[in-house]
Amino acid sequence: MNYNKEFDNNTEISWCPGCGNFGILNALKISFTELDLSPKDILVVSGIGQAAKTPHFINVNGFNGLHGRGLPSALGAKSVNKSLKVIVTSGDGDSYGEGGNHLIHNIRRNIDITHLVHNNQIYGLTKGQGSPTTAMGQSTTLQSDGMKVDPINPISTAIALGCSFVARSFSGDINHLKEMIKAGINHKGYALIDILQPCVTFNRINTFKWYKDRIYYLDSEYDPFNKLKAFEKSLEWDDNIPLGIIYKEEKIEFLDRFPHLKGKKSLVDKSLDPKEAEQFIEEFI
Amino acid sequence: MRYNILIGGSAGQGMDTFSVLLEKILKRKGYYVFSNKDYMSRVRGGHNFIQIRFSTEPVYSYDDELDIIIGFDQNTVNFHSDKLKENGVFLCDENVKWEDNRTITIPMLKIAKEIGHARVFGTVGMGAVLKILGMSDSKVDEVFETKWEKETSESNKEAFKRGYHYVESRFESKEGTAENTILINGNQAIALGAIAGGVSFYSAYPMTPSTSIMTYISSKETEANLVVEQAEDEIAAINMAIGASFTGVRTMTGTSGGGFSLMTEALGLAGITEIPLVVANVQRPGPATGLPTRTEQSDLSFILTASHGEIPRMVLAVKDPEDAFYQTVRALNIADKYQMLVIILNDQYLADATQTVDEFNFDNLSIDRHIATASDIDLENYKRYEVTESGITPRVILGKIEGLTVIADSDEHTEEGHITESSEVRIEQMQKRMKRMDLLREELIEPDYFGDEDPETLLIGWGSMYGGLREATELLQKDGHKVGSLVFGDIYPLPTNLLEQYSKSVKTIVNVEQNYTGQLAKLIRQETGIHCEKNILKYDGRQLYAKEIYSRIKEEVL
Repeated sequence: MNYNKEFDNNTEISWCPGCGNFGILNALKISFTELDLSPKDILVVSGIGQAAKTPHFINVNGFNGLHGRGLPSALGAKSVNKSLKVIVTSGDGDSYGEGGNHLIHNIRRNIDITHLVHNNQIYGLTKGQGSPTTAMGQSTTLQSDGMKVDPINPISTAIALGCSFVARSFSGDINHLKEMIKAGINHKGYALIDILQPCVTFNRINTFKWYKDRIYYLDSEYDPFNKLKAFEKSLEWDDNIPLGIIYKEEKIEFLDRFPHLKGKKSLVDKSLDPKEAEQFIEEFI
Repeated sequence: MRYNILIGGSAGQGMDTFSVLLEKILKRKGYYVFSNKDYMSRVRGGHNFIQIRFSTEPVYSYDDELDIIIGFDQNTVNFHSDKLKENGVFLCDENVKWEDNRTITIPMLKIAKEIGHARVFGTVGMGAVLKILGMSDSKVDEVFETKWEKETSESNKEAFKRGYHYVESRFESKEGTAENTILINGNQAIALGAIAGGVSFYSAYPMTPSTSIMTYISSKETEANLVVEQAEDEIAAINMAIGASFTGVRTMTGTSGGGFSLMTEALGLAGITEIPLVVANVQRPGPATGLPTRTEQSDLSFILTASHGEIPRMVLAVKDPEDAFYQTVRALNIADKYQMLVIILNDQYLADATQTVDEFNFDNLSIDRHIATASDIDLENYKRYEVTESGITPRVILGKIEGLTVIADSDEHTEEGHITESSEVRIEQMQKRMKRMDLLREELIEPDYFGDEDPETLLIGWGSMYGGLREATELLQKDGHKVGSLVFGDIYPLPTNLLEQYSKSVKTIVNVEQNYTGQLAKLIRQETGIHCEKNILKYDGRQLYAKEIYSRIKEEVL
């Protein structure tokens, strides 16, 4: 699949050869190309981790912030410039661990952001410790005798919170992934896309083959608007892992909840004049 | 002429409304008014009090020699009656008992019920207060009419009248002559400064005593066309503000010590990414939850280096509501000009203290964004973190220039904004960032000086200590002491010219601060080697006031 080469930059990519992140990076570039977006109109925000390095490897606007804090910065950016397409790319540790609180509250806001979670079920950057999605009992470089806490189910969590767009994809299927990313970007509201992604260095359990053997695709019969069915679907894991848009909900987008912003220019384009605040002095006289 | 009134009661008795209206009436009558609140961290019950001081001359601090006490609860007798002057008046309803010839009991609740609205019982007392002060009832009707709908306003007018005629005058009051003043508190002034200074996005998490900044800005969200977002925590609040600022608008966040502690990592983010950011820290006594509704100046040392690593930063403390307004606008301009972090320090005392100050002048305010447009830059060679002579690189608004993208990174980065571990680049970028402190030093504002032209004793303070020090200096001078005071607003980088000048000739330097360790004195010693021989410190959560500073200087220094 081709993409517009203007999305390339000449930065050296520091991921391990064979890393699942490459597939996600390519799918992003293809999605932007197919959506006919211009680099200057896109902002990719991240926290910290291997996945969070993504903004450096693609020519769009980028903000590589603090660990776990990509979402709040993305919210600030989108709130003041609604014409920017804002994408958050971060890992399972960043999104579900360090930044878990922001996940909950931005789902509540339904801000128009596409959140890609590169979910490799392990900590890569810090060399192999358990992540919020590592399976119970799985041994890691830190938890050598196995994980003692249950993994979080991000899909169930998001559905329970009423997330307006919840999807799962796989970095090994760029075609499916780019369709999910495009649908997420086109969705006006908060889109969570949990992307299964093998870590070739630190996760010897959830390998490319492990995922390949278990994934299946939701067909056109599946109704993502049925919350109970979606919740049931979200509980499938072990031997059968569903990919696709698992849940959707009609909801008013965050910025549309501010009546005074409707139909107006973005705040970044408003003209500023201190004299306009003089009207407020009246109540102090 | 100068009178001190104390209103005491429990939370939920309507003391705030009583006080706001009385202050407004006095202000409209042309007096200078100063009021401060002492409240407990609870919504109902407890004992709270408000002190209102007014005069025909400007007032800067409170005083505890009381002319009138209005007691809405028995605790007012227990806690405050010893401060009532010999010729003072204790005014109360029948439910409060104080066997003293200064007590005037009015059946406030009974009268209010006769009028048909039990809630107006306080207004009966207000009528009595004005009569006792020997004042006319001018301005009362207009203040009530602005405050309430017709029906409520009418019953309050009736209540006022009944109270007014129930008592005899005890004092004489000269006519007030103050003109073109406004009545505003410290946090409202910061909030209005933020709006006037062009803040388009304000994100914060509620925390006493900073919340009223957010509340005020939020109340103007539609008219001023901006967004106020209540974040899920202070970490989110500051990272939101940074994201919005990176995108191109003016942003601000505000909190108190505990929330500021949570924000510290992100202060460094603003620093390394050179993103303009203004953070207001309205201090309360720590550590941890401390005394949530009380005052202290104990975050200074912490704020000077808060966040790991080294970043350029400016810290300024506001001295009164007027200063708070103009300094907030200035902080926003400096943040944009030098693409850096500016921290505004306020405290609970000043946040909640209402004062008459000169009406703000909006004509001389400017919003200087220092944003580069397509014609200002060389598109082919533009690099967001290019090393320049001044250390400042042109900044653009995202998405506005065809063919231009920008990346910011919390890692050390190249001129293009990409991650690097190069020793050379690290050194260049550190120097680039820190260099702007030299430029900032050129435009620092020296501390205010008042007092003797050739002082023997120099008092030093910062921020909200301004009012108390100003009056205390006058009192000491009246006693014939050669005393002067330096009060710092800009505090880091520390302006040192006046300090060095006075320190050469004075005999004693006395540091006056609202904390345990003498944090300003430490900063002064660190930056100049100048040693403050004496300290007047207080850390019980209650503000040092003029008479207190005066007496402690007399006892402990002179």
